[in-house]
Amino acid sequence: MIALDNVSLTAGAFTLTDVSLEVPTGGYVALMGKTGSGKTTLLEAICGLRKVTSGAVRLSGEDVTPLKPAQRGLGYVPQDRALFQSMTVWEHLAFALRVRRWDKNAIANRVSELAQLLGLERLLARKPQGLSGGEAQRVALGRALSFRPRILLLDEPLSALDQETRGDMQNLLRSLRQQAPLTTLHVTHDLDEARRVADKVLVIRDGKIHEHNGKA
Amino acid sequence: MDARRFASDVPFWMCLSLLGGIYLVLIVAMLLAQASFTTPGHLWSALSSPEIRYAVQLSLISCSLTTILALWIAVPLGYLLARWDDGNIRRFLDRLATPIDKLSDPWYLRPMRVCSVFVRLLNPKIWIDALLDIPIVLPPLVIGLALLILMQTPLGRWFENNVMGVTFEVPSIILAQFMVACAFAVRTMRASFEQIHPREEAVALTLGCSRAQAFWMVVLPEARRGVLTAATLAWARSLGEFGPILVFSGATRMRTEVLPTTVYLELSIGNIEAAVAVSLLMVFAAVTVLIVLRHYGSDSSFGKALAP
Repeated sequence: MIALDNVSLTAGAFTLTDVSLEVPTGGYVALMGKTGSGKTTLLEAICGLRKVTSGAVRLSGEDVTPLKPAQRGLGYVPQDRALFQSMTVWEHLAFALRVRRWDKNAIANRVSELAQLLGLERLLARKPQGLSGGEAQRVALGRALSFRPRILLLDEPLSALDQETRGDMQNLLRSLRQQAPLTTLHVTHDLDEARRVADKVLVIRDGKIHEHNGKA
Repeated sequence: MDARRFASDVPFWMCLSLLGGIYLVLIVAMLLAQASFTTPGHLWSALSSPEIRYAVQLSLISCSLTTILALWIAVPLGYLLARWDDGNIRRFLDRLATPIDKLSDPWYLRPMRVCSVFVRLLNPKIWIDALLDIPIVLPPLVIGLALLILMQTPLGRWFENNVMGVTFEVPSIILAQFMVACAFAVRTMRASFEQIHPREEAVALTLGCSRAQAFWMVVLPEARRGVLTAATLAWARSLGEFGPILVFSGATRMRTEVLPTTVYLELSIGNIEAAVAVSLLMVFAAVTVLIVLRHYGSDSSFGKALAP
């Protein structure tokens, strides 16, 4: 479960006050809003990358507000993907596992499992410069899923992709839920995409969160 | 079809090449002139002089030490400066300064705007930035003088008496080179850290890294080229450093004589052949180091050496 209880935060000149939100365990919620409405900032607050000035962030029932990003154990796919420029695809998929000091065989197994799931087998030796948009997106997703988090945060994951790749990625995102118990919050500005992948669509407008009323 | 006549692009490229070529030709001409002034015999006799051999050694050792020291400072400082977001301070000072701007709107109150400029100047980042430029803009000779005076203060004297002798000794050479070279290294490191998007570190944090792990595993490997550039710059700068060394270290043969000092000493006694020979040695050493570093800076070779 992902829950925001009356969260307020400041990001530069921008503020959000008393925002509440809940994604039930195993659910898939899409959060929509215009550019500059604070979607990314909210995700950063859930990750622990941005301090909240009041309110609480709860993950799976536990209050994680004072915890560091590393302690929250969630998978985060940021806008523009932010791949590590000096690492190969293999190293991306193994990164979180190395940090967790998994043993070598376990890492190799997990990496090949992920590569198969995401169709990255033939790209493992490449660096980000040699990847197409769709490939890079799958690497970013694989990196976030590698350590089997129970919570996945996606920030505009499909916005930079062409129509066909987008369709493939939507199918992939839906299929992920059958592979593992995953609670997902997916930020987008595309209603069509939101409806396709999510069980519930929320809209953030003027600093408040509303349930989407069905109109475009 | 566009009816305009499209002229050839050749004149454009010709002009650029001509203008750029002037500089290249000057460099080559300069080197050739020097080379024509010397013979292998001169080079050989310069190299067989124990004083000059000592200067060569001291130059190579002091430049390398300076480079290592400069990197130890430049990497952390460059990273801090690149990641120090002064947005909050700036916004706060802006809020203080804006009313002054508004108040001084009528023409006869315009001079009051100076106050708002002063308020905005309270941002410490501006001052630290300016401070770090001082070694770059100051005449090198002045840096030597300042160091000389620094070592005459009570703290400097205590250091000389209890830790090690600096002034007119070998450590003074390294300190003089370091003061200038480090400023260049800091600039370079800062620029290369600024090119790395902070979001990469943010993702590393969510993947389980501490700040330190994110730095070592994600940021530093990406800044590898920057580290090499900084090292090259620092080394080359140190090799050519002369002004502060003359003032702060003196020009004692077999003691504080580095290659630029040799050139100076040989010139001052009219031994132009030796001065030219030593200059060519420096050109040779510098070019070798630059080429070797550039080569090892390519991804294929250096990357593997650093990879975990």
